[in-house]
Order: sequence, then structure tokens, then C-alpha cells
Amino acid sequence: MIEIEGITKRYGESTVVDDVSMVIEPRSITVIVGTSGSGKTTLLRMINRLVEPTSGAIRLDGADNRSLPGYELRRSIGYVIQGHGLFPHRTVAENIATVPLLLGWDDERIRARVEELMSLFQLDPGEFSGRYPHELSGGQQQRVGVARALAAGPNVLLMDEPFGALDPIIRNKAQEDLLAIQKRLGTTIVLVTHDMEEAVHMGDRIAVMDGGRLLQYDTPDRILAHPASTFVDTLVGASEKPFRLLSLGRVGDAVEEGPAEGEPIAADASQRDALAELLWSGRPALPVRNANGRLIGKVTVDGLVRRAACPA
Amino acid sequence: MKWLPTIARLALLALLVAFVTSPGWFEPLLKPLTENNAPAIYNQGSLLTLTLLHLRTVAIATLAAIVVAVGLAILVTRPFGAEFLPLSRSLVNIGQTFPPVAVLALAVPAVGFGEKPTLIALFLYGLLPIFENALTGLTTLPANVVEAARGAGMTPAQRLVKVELPLALPVMLAGVRLSVVISLATATIGSTVAAKTLGEVIIAGLLSNNLAFVLQGGLIVAAIAVLIHDGFLALERMAARRMGRER
Amino acid sequence: MGTRFDKLGAVIAAIAAYACLFAPFATFRANRIVPGEARSMLESLPPAAGWALMAIVTAAALVALLRTPLMLRLGASLAALVALAVLIGVAGSFLTPQDNTYARVSPAHGFWLLVFAFTLLLADVLTRLALSPWARMLTLAGAAACLGLLLASGSWDSLSILREYAGRADSFRAEGGKHLTLALGSLAAAAIVGLPLGILCHRVDALRAGVLNVLNVIQTIPSIALFGLLIAPLGWIAAHVPGAAALGIRGIGTAPAFLALFLYSLLPVVANTVVGLAGVPRAANDAARGMGMTGRQRLLRVELPLALPVILTGIRIVLVQNIGLATIAALIGGGGFGVFVFQGIGQMAMDLVLLGALPTVALAFAAAIVLDAVVELTSIRKSEVPS
Repeated sequence: MIEIEGITKRYGESTVVDDVSMVIEPRSITVIVGTSGSGKTTLLRMINRLVEPTSGAIRLDGADNRSLPGYELRRSIGYVIQGHGLFPHRTVAENIATVPLLLGWDDERIRARVEELMSLFQLDPGEFSGRYPHELSGGQQQRVGVARALAAGPNVLLMDEPFGALDPIIRNKAQEDLLAIQKRLGTTIVLVTHDMEEAVHMGDRIAVMDGGRLLQYDTPDRILAHPASTFVDTLVGASEKPFRLLSLGRVGDAVEEGPAEGEPIAADASQRDALAELLWSGRPALPVRNANGRLIGKVTVDGLVRRAACPA
Repeated sequence: MKWLPTIARLALLALLVAFVTSPGWFEPLLKPLTENNAPAIYNQGSLLTLTLLHLRTVAIATLAAIVVAVGLAILVTRPFGAEFLPLSRSLVNIGQTFPPVAVLALAVPAVGFGEKPTLIALFLYGLLPIFENALTGLTTLPANVVEAARGAGMTPAQRLVKVELPLALPVMLAGVRLSVVISLATATIGSTVAAKTLGEVIIAGLLSNNLAFVLQGGLIVAAIAVLIHDGFLALERMAARRMGRER
Repeated sequence: MGTRFDKLGAVIAAIAAYACLFAPFATFRANRIVPGEARSMLESLPPAAGWALMAIVTAAALVALLRTPLMLRLGASLAALVALAVLIGVAGSFLTPQDNTYARVSPAHGFWLLVFAFTLLLADVLTRLALSPWARMLTLAGAAACLGLLLASGSWDSLSILREYAGRADSFRAEGGKHLTLALGSLAAAAIVGLPLGILCHRVDALRAGVLNVLNVIQTIPSIALFGLLIAPLGWIAAHVPGAAALGIRGIGTAPAFLALFLYSLLPVVANTVVGLAGVPRAANDAARGMGMTGRQRLLRVELPLALPVILTGIRIVLVQNIGLATIAALIGGGGFGVFVFQGIGQMAMDLVLLGALPTVALAFAAAIVLDAVVELTSIRKSEVPS
């Protein structure tokens, strides 16, 4: 659990983060979203004390983050930045081993950990461990960056625009991979982005910041349905709201009784994808199959349109 | 054709070694350049000894210059020394305008004749390119890499040793290369203040109007400079290629 | 409180304190050759002047040590430097016995350290002021005028270096002229040949590597050797080509020196022309073609103007380098300030060495400042174009 209490950061006259308080639940993904200059990155960097706050306190599992020297604190928190920041003079394996080496793990343990992580991130250790970062594709570099941040098994992972440098197709895949890995490891993730789509897709909770202030901190559906201010509403994008709402739900939750014609859609696909498919194919309903391939009912345009309406 | 430059360099090296160890073999080649039956091969000392002394002088001065210049560059890029950064840049700019001969000449009143003023001049003149390049290397590091190093929990000293210095290495090597090549040539001028270098051979040739001496002294230094220059270039390419920066 | 002290100021104050208290201010010698006797600041000057200088230096060092406004620091460094410059002349006449033409008084390392310390302060202030190119050239002109005034006033006449000058005023002027002719003339020749060669190398890929490699190798030949090596071919030309000798081409003297400097100058000019032209944005070039410019028009109206700052940087490197290298011409009878340097080394007369070395340094320094300013002026104009 991360408790942020009355955190303020000033540089001279300008206040970059203004009295922000929030509690981040363990094993969840919290997305901080805002325009550039909103103070979101500064807030993130105060959690691992890359930036020291002017006032206020941050507690990690109850312990003040100032109870350790900054560099020791940072070894216990994963950190992923935009553009990955891989060390160009070190191999993939050496990059991933950075924090374990700093912590003084023995060679055998480091080797085993590096291989484990590389497999987890779908990088064949035999093929990739000796390569240098510039020999990797953008998506591979991004995965190495996350693997490096997770190397010492931190409870908390901070991510600053981690998908910013990726093209759309690779970005979707990387987002899905991260969600899967988070589910598996139970790491608490705090992710900073300017992309509301990404926030709605990734976040268990979303914190919207503007001008250094925390405007709203809530679950994605409540942010969509009840924006706390016109700024949040604009950021969400009025014309996108119904679709974003649908993208939160799975087809399985919108199944109706009865048969339908055509190629079935998977129950774990998003409702937004289902609606898109229905509209594009010009049909009123699609059959739905569950993970075992068994047909469990249908999903209809009317049903989805009702779900896309603003929740009361 | 790719190996041709390597072969050429090896041949040059072999020729150089042969010349300084057995200059007698080359006498027929140089004889036509002399007049009045003057000796064609330098006869007031061994070419090998002079070459080694020349290299020693350059090596000592360059090593000292590396230690001081890199140390200074590290100092002014730390928070403690950041105040000195702008000034150090202007001093480097000013320092580069000092002609090597003038530095040499100005060192003589302070320390007398011989190897010492040469060492001082080579050291001072060698400082500048190394310092400038080390500074460039340490101030143009990719920001997100340095940020990642901080974020991974490296202490400032660990960041310097494990990330900043290795990343700045190719640029620093280029500075050392410039410095060494300049020093190799400047060291010959040291012989005007009685330092034992290959300049002795050239100056003896100038004084006795013996073109063979001038030629052999000059060519030995030039060959050494070309070889060392290329050696450093290869090192720099190796260091840069590992980081994916093609040069 | 650590924050009230200036770190550089602490260095300057320490140097100044050492120089004032422990280092000799001036050296007195009964004649030109004998070893000197050190004299401290108070011994070198009349009591009033000695204490005044001590006070000025102390005050300036305090200004440097504490965190003070920039303008105050500027004033302090200038005051200290002017006081030092004037009073070293006073020390000269004070220490020289009446009507003694053999005695020599020269500044000792205490004086040089003080000059160094306050020049450091001045350099720091000027760096922080971030002067515009024009202001920098004006400052240089001002400094040159002050120096000229001091020299003309005769207040330094009793110092050893000017005693050396007094006996050689004519040859100093002549050698100075030769030095400038060598440095500037070879630069002009290198520019005339190097620019077209650079453009050619830029256009013809096959030529580039070869030309640059050859020029690179020439740079590695030690200057004194290159000077010497050119004696023979030029001597041969003088002897065998009719009319060559009449043109001043000779085996020794100015001709080989000029040719050597020219060869050294070619690499920076050609290399920077190539780099500058290669750095012209593709879009600008494409646009010029798209508007129907011919190759020649593109070169003159787009490529060369855009490459100008880089080319000028090459010229700056050459000029500073040539001013320094021209000293070596003296070794092969080519003249220049090197004549005094090498004469001085030969006679172990260090004042004579300084008489050759100081003007060389001053010339190179002034050339660097002026050309840096010109480079900056041309690149400012370039960056004003909205991209």
C-alpha cells in the first residue's frame, strides 16, 4: 500500500505538485493521467525520491520512504521510463541484472533470476542474453526495460509513459503482456500516461491531475460516468465516452439467451470490440463462445447500446 | 579489399621497426639525399633509443594529462563543482589558443632545459583536447539512461563508474587520440630545449643541412603518429559499436 | 555558512594570498645573464605604492571570496589587473639603479600568479555575463588599447622584456610583419585552394576519402620536419626553374615555411567545408531544387551560406594554429617571432624568449576571439530562419 499524504513540490515560485493526497491499494494498477505539465511525472518521481517533496509524506506499507537513503529505497522499487533507458554499453542480461548486482546477490542466483525473467517476457535467454540493446526491436527493448525493473522482485513498480515509444500494434501487445504479468506477480503498479484510452484500459483506478492538483481519483467507470469537473470530462473526450465505457466490460457479461447467426465471438473480448463487429457486419446479433469453445448465447446491438448509456 | 588497410598498417609497422632497429639497411635509399659524403643515417645516437625516449616522454605527459583532465571533467560535472563548469569551458577555449612552441618556451624559464619543459608543454597542451572531450562525453549522456541508473538505485559514485564513464568512453578516447597525435609532433620541438626526442635528428639535419636526417626523423614520427592515430580510431569504433552508435 | 563563500573565489583568494605573502613579486639581476635575486612585493615598490597594491589585491580577493554582485566582481578584477600592470612598471624603475643599463628587472612568479588569479576572476565574470559577439570584440579592442597605452607611456620601459625590445625595435617590427604575412598569407592560400577542393570532395564521393586521408597524414608529420623536407624541392626549383628565384622561391627562408603552413592549413579548411556542406539540411536542398535552382545557384545561395559557420570554424582553427606554427619557421630561416624565441633559448636569455612568445600568444588569442565572434554572428543569422 502506498499512502501519499499532502505532498507538495515547489521549484522557486512555481508549484508543480500541489497538496496531493491519495492511497494506492496493494496489488492494483493505478494510472495517473494528465496533460504535460500537470505534475504527474513529478508525483511519480517523489514516490521513489528521484524528486524530494517540499512538504508532505509518502509511506510504503506503513514505512516513511525517507527512512532509507534514497538509493537504497530505489533498489526496492521497480522503475520503468519512457524510451526505456537501457544501458547501451551492457548486454540484455547485464541490464536485467542491474539491481540484483547492486544488492550483492551471488552469481548463480542472478543468472537464474535473469533467465526466469527473460522467459517470462518471451525473450529466449540463449538468443538474447548476450545482445546489446541497440540490436533489439522497440518492443523487445521495452520488455527488457520492464524485466530490469522487476529483477529484484519489487512490490511496487513505477512506470513513466512506459509505452510512449512504441507503435500502436506493439503497444497493445505490451499492454496486454503487462496486465498478464501483473496478475501473475501481484505487483502494485503506478503508471503515468497522457493517454486516457490507456488509462481506462489499464487502470483499476485512475488519478486525473491538472496544474499540479489531483482533480479526481476513482475507478474508470465512475470517472467516465461522473467526471468531477469539465476538465476531466474534456480529457475523457465526450464523444468517446460510450465506447470507453464499453471497453471496460467483457462480452461474457453482456450475454443474452438465444441463438444467432455467423462466426462466434469470444466471451473475454471487450464489449466495444463486439459492438464494432456487429456494426461492421450489419447484423443485429452475434453468437458468443466461452473459453472451451462452447456456445453460451448471443450478444446484441440493442443490449450493448443500453450498456453504453451513462450509468445513473 | 577490406583487409587492405590492415595489411598496409602492418607493413608500415614492420618497416618502422626495421628502420629503428637496423637503420643501416636503408642507407642506400637515403644516401642520394646527402651531399659531400655526409652520413645518411643519424650517427650521434641510436635511433631506437631516441624513438623509445620520444614515446616515453609522450606517454608520461599523456598519462598525466588524462588523469588531471578526466578528474577535472568529473569534478565540474558533479553538483559540487557545477559552479566551475562555465569557467572551465572558457579556460579550455583560451588555453587552446596558446601555441605549443610558446608553451614550451614559457616553460623553460620556470624549470630550465631538458625533458622537464617538454613534459610540461606536452602535459598542458595535451590537457585541453582530453578535458574538452571528457566534458562533452559527460554532459551529453542520454538523459533517460542516467535517469534509469538513478531509478535503479545506483549511488552517485556507482552511476559515475558503471554508467557515465563507460558511456563517455568513446568520446574521451577521441580526445586522448587528438592529444597523443599533437604531442608526438610537439615533442620534436622539445629538442630545441635539449630534450632527448626524435626532434634531435631533425634539428641535427637542419643545422648540418643534411636532408637525410630531416627525412628519417620526420618519417619515423609521422609513421608512429599514423599508427597510433589508427589504433585509437579502431578502439573508439569498438567502444562505440558496442553501444550501437555507428561512427 | 558555506553558502556565503564563492568556491572559485576561495581558489583565487588562496592564490592571491600565497602570491602576496610568500612569492617574489619581481626579480632583479645585475646583468642579463646572472641568476636573479627575488624581491617581495613590499621590497619591489616604494612603500606607499607597495602598501597600496597590497590593499587593492586584498580587497579584490575579498570581493572574489564572498558572494558578491557580478558588476562588483568585474570592477575588482579590472582594478587589480590595472594596478598590477601599472605597478610592475613602477617596480622596474624603482629597482633599477640610476643610469644602470645592465641591470634587469623582470616580473617574478608572484606577479604572474596574481595576474593569473585575477584573470581567472575576470574570465569567470565575462563568461557569466555571456557577452554578445560585438561586445566581446569591443572588450578585446579595449584591452588592446589599454595595453598600447601602457606601452606607449613608457612606464614599462625599465622592465627587462622591453629592454630586450629596445635594442631590437626594428627587427621586432620586421619579424612581426613576417610572422603575420606567413600566418595570414598561408591561410589565404589555403582558403583559395581548400574551399573549391572541399566543394569538389563534397560533390565527388570517390575523391573525398582519398583527399582527406592524404591531408590527415600531412598533419601528422611534425612541423619542424615538414619545414625541413620542403627545403630540398624548393631549392631544386630555385636552381632549375628560370625565374623562380626571382620570385623569392628559395630552399631556405620564407618559401618552405609558407608552403608548410599552407599544407597544414588545407586539412581543417577542406574537412570543415565537407562537413559543413554535408550538414546542409536535405529539405533546404530539395526545396532549392524544387524551385528550379541550378547546381551553381544552389551552391551559392543555399549550401555555402548554410555551411558558412562550419567553414569559418575551420578558418579559425587554421589561423590560431598558423600563428603558433609560424614560430617554427625561424628554425629554417623563415623569420617571425620564433626568431626571438630560439635566439633566447640559444643565449639562455629568457626575456628574449618572452619577447617572442608573448606577442605570439596575444596574436593567437586575439585571432581566436575575433573569429569566434564572427562564427557566432554568422550562425545567429542562420538560426533566425524559422525552421
